[in-house]
Amino acid sequence: MDRRTFLNNLIQLSAATTAAGAVVAGFAEENKDKPLTLRPPGALPEDEFIKTCIRCGLCVEACKNRDNKMIVNGKEIDTLFLAAPGDKAPIGTPFFIARTGPCFMCDDIPCMYACPTGALTPKECQNDKGEVAIDYAKMGVAAIDPSSCIAFWGLQCTACYRACPELDKAITIEWKQNKRTGKHAYRIPVLHEEYCTGCGMCEMACVTEKPAIKIFPREVFLGKAGDRYVKGWDVKDQQRVKKASTKTTTKTPWSKKNPIQNLNQGVNWNE
Amino acid sequence: MNKIFKNRYLILRRLSQFTILFLYFAANYWGWKILIGNLSFSKLFNTIPLTDPYAFLQMLFAGAIISSNLIIGLVVILLFYGIIGGRAYCSWVCPVNLITDLAAWVRRKTHHEKDNLLSAMKIKKFRYAFLVIMLIFSAVIGAAAYEFINPIGFFTRGVAFTLGFTWVWLLVIFIFDAFVLKNGWCGHICPVGATYALIGAKNLIRVYHTKDNCTNCGNCFAICPENQVLSPVITKKDDFIHGIECTNCGRCIEVCNDNALKFSLRNFIKGEKNEKNSSN
Repeated sequence: MDRRTFLNNLIQLSAATTAAGAVVAGFAEENKDKPLTLRPPGALPEDEFIKTCIRCGLCVEACKNRDNKMIVNGKEIDTLFLAAPGDKAPIGTPFFIARTGPCFMCDDIPCMYACPTGALTPKECQNDKGEVAIDYAKMGVAAIDPSSCIAFWGLQCTACYRACPELDKAITIEWKQNKRTGKHAYRIPVLHEEYCTGCGMCEMACVTEKPAIKIFPREVFLGKAGDRYVKGWDVKDQQRVKKASTKTTTKTPWSKKNPIQNLNQGVNWNE
Repeated sequence: MNKIFKNRYLILRRLSQFTILFLYFAANYWGWKILIGNLSFSKLFNTIPLTDPYAFLQMLFAGAIISSNLIIGLVVILLFYGIIGGRAYCSWVCPVNLITDLAAWVRRKTHHEKDNLLSAMKIKKFRYAFLVIMLIFSAVIGAAAYEFINPIGFFTRGVAFTLGFTWVWLLVIFIFDAFVLKNGWCGHICPVGATYALIGAKNLIRVYHTKDNCTNCGNCFAICPENQVLSPVITKKDDFIHGIECTNCGRCIEVCNDNALKFSLRNFIKGEKNEKNSSN
């Protein structure tokens, strides 16, 4: 082979591999970006999870062959699945759909301990003291749509409240007077994210045609107040902002005037 | 009986491939603890981990923290295929081989084995370049990039877990192999096969060729999915098939009517002597 053919072949080979590689990588990049995927308990943050999960399915196998099998109307409810092409999760990775197969929160957490790679790890399923239990899982967080939740209409429901494994902690019922009738009460479900594991039992139990309470991944649904706002009555919250930087950058320049001057601006006191 | 003997390795291979798929299926559906997981990572008898070396490499490049389980599994695989199996993974374990063998059969039956849409000569080194580029892209996107399209993973997950639209991709590979490029996927593209070729480059079990028995009939060339490994040896010298891309499928042994080929243990010292003699 002379030098010319060699170089020609080399260029063609590089071009072909780069093109093919870019197509595959482009597909992978697009496919891995499915922010609404609900992961098993103990999952690493999504960025890390997608790197670390080898897609072996040991968690799904452990979930399928768990001890506390849930049978509804003679049919066993499967929770975890490995995403096949066409599913709403990155290909090959484990996920669950809360409406049809929520996490039943086994005490022994078989799926998490089955993981060989550490994509599911007890470190992501523990409280501040380092105690590992399924109650400290953070699979997601429930969110209520008040417009379709019949409790907000004034109807008696509390299905989600009673389905919740963290009973009276993650969802509480708030009583309010129903002024429309004058003699009835609203019994409104109120969510407390610090106790919510995101198991999805409430979403499965919800009586409306399309669930009025839904599970979202925590990073999708939860906001962040930032260091600028603090609960002045809460010692713990004050600890949070202890290390906050006082140097803040703003997009528009700071006003040179003092606040009183600023407030009085444009008011003519002589009139 | 003779027919069974003539296809002994093919039957054993199919048995091996289907047994593995069945065990994965049984692990998920009935909780058998013989072989659980899939071909990315499995556990044998619920203790011995087995790691796909290419998935491991991609995870490494993507920047994942590698667990001890994966490393032990990788060592097991490297020892087994590096010393014994060679590239046997491709023909004895991988289920995509079922599809591409079927495609090769269709090719032979429809008598267009040499009609390729792509030039087979031009892309013969493609898989090794593709192997490297997918590692680079894994680092770029921060995830094991090839695992998103890896048909081996698709197939085993489809059997053991959910099928979904997996069959579309497998059908594409069948069509590609049968009508676009001979032995296209396994022999030119698949970086997992390329990884196993590199791992098994110095293994012990190889096909041995006896020159005196060979009648130059060309049967082995016609059946071999990687027949570039045959050409330096067949009809030329008494030697092992040293080419790293040989999958140890044993088809050449079965189609040879002259007893010129057999499985044997490769002896490196003797092999080197032979080469010296032939070059002199």
